[in-house]
Amino acid sequence: MIYNIPYIAVVALIMIGLYAVVFKRNLIKIVIGILLIENGVNLFLITLAFRQDSIAPIYRGTGSRLMSLPVPHALTLTSIVIGVAVLALMLSLIIHIYRHYGTLDARKIGREEE
Amino acid sequence: MSGMSRIVKTITNVAFPFVMIYGLYVIAHGHLTPGGGFQGGAVVASGLAMILVAYGSIWVVGKVKEKHLSVLESLGAIGFISLAFFGILLVYLYSSFEGTFFSNFLIGQDTIPIFNEIGKGLANINTAGIIPLMNFAVGLKVIAGLFVIVLVMAYSTRIKEGK
Amino acid sequence: MSGRNFAAIIFFAIVAVFLVFSALMMHPFGEFDEEHYPEMDQYIIDNTQNETGADNGVTGVVFDYRGFDTLGEATVLFTAVAGVIILFRRLKK
Repeated sequence: MIYNIPYIAVVALIMIGLYAVVFKRNLIKIVIGILLIENGVNLFLITLAFRQDSIAPIYRGTGSRLMSLPVPHALTLTSIVIGVAVLALMLSLIIHIYRHYGTLDARKIGREEE
Repeated sequence: MSGMSRIVKTITNVAFPFVMIYGLYVIAHGHLTPGGGFQGGAVVASGLAMILVAYGSIWVVGKVKEKHLSVLESLGAIGFISLAFFGILLVYLYSSFEGTFFSNFLIGQDTIPIFNEIGKGLANINTAGIIPLMNFAVGLKVIAGLFVIVLVMAYSTRIKEGK
Repeated sequence: MSGRNFAAIIFFAIVAVFLVFSALMMHPFGEFDEEHYPEMDQYIIDNTQNETGADNGVTGVVFDYRGFDTLGEATVLFTAVAGVIILFRRLKK
């Protein structure tokens, strides 16, 4: 049970992000929720990569110790860069939405002004 | 935003070379120490974003156009892909190579005496085949890409706040 | 208003229950038994210094073993930069 604390942290991050995405109406808060979900997924990958008593997978001179798994680290690197790209596109679209509609409420945009 | 106070500019002038050198160190030692092209590129781009915040986007746009930065980013992408395709090309030129797409053609050969050793420990920068070259290409791409994103967004949102 | 909120609460509760149960049923943190031994990662750890020449295992994976991944990642970054420049094209002056 005590060894499941990193997974519980992952679930807490994902649930906070999902709460912001589902229940909030401000677009900036929705973007923050999406980033929280993404950080939870990154933390989950890093958690899967860890082995007990292991060091980072980098050789330092002679001597060999138990190393943690390198492939989830590489996938996390890819995920972080893709997250930055998606964040830039989302913020640009939000700037355009604010200039066009004059509001950031997700339930007011997209409707005709009556 | 048209620049901040003189204190911020002076501190930026002092801190900027250290950030640049650290980022380029992370890129250049990407195959030996923690780091690589993406991480070092992010460090250098954050240093450039510090310049952008301190001096304002109008001053920065007067110095560097985003068209040139876009060309720089495309140059990094072309370098990366051509390094990947070079493994196929060398098979036809030299029959001693065995290359495929993304093969590390520089490692374990004596024809081209650069980056051809196997790394054993730190401070051996002449190792790891095409990985340092790919680190430089990806680092150039990430520097130009992130900085042009920040620059274009800062310069475009300037209009409403200025007037 | 209330119907939409009710559906959102039901969806959130179902996802939360699945996430919490899957977190409690994961294998213990940092332990791998014989059945789930990471053979591919152990191969990469053992051979990355001789096959790619890099001391850093993560860089060896990113640029050598999984080069296609990095190519797609570079494509995504290029697409994002092109999209941002296109979106702010008319607001320049």
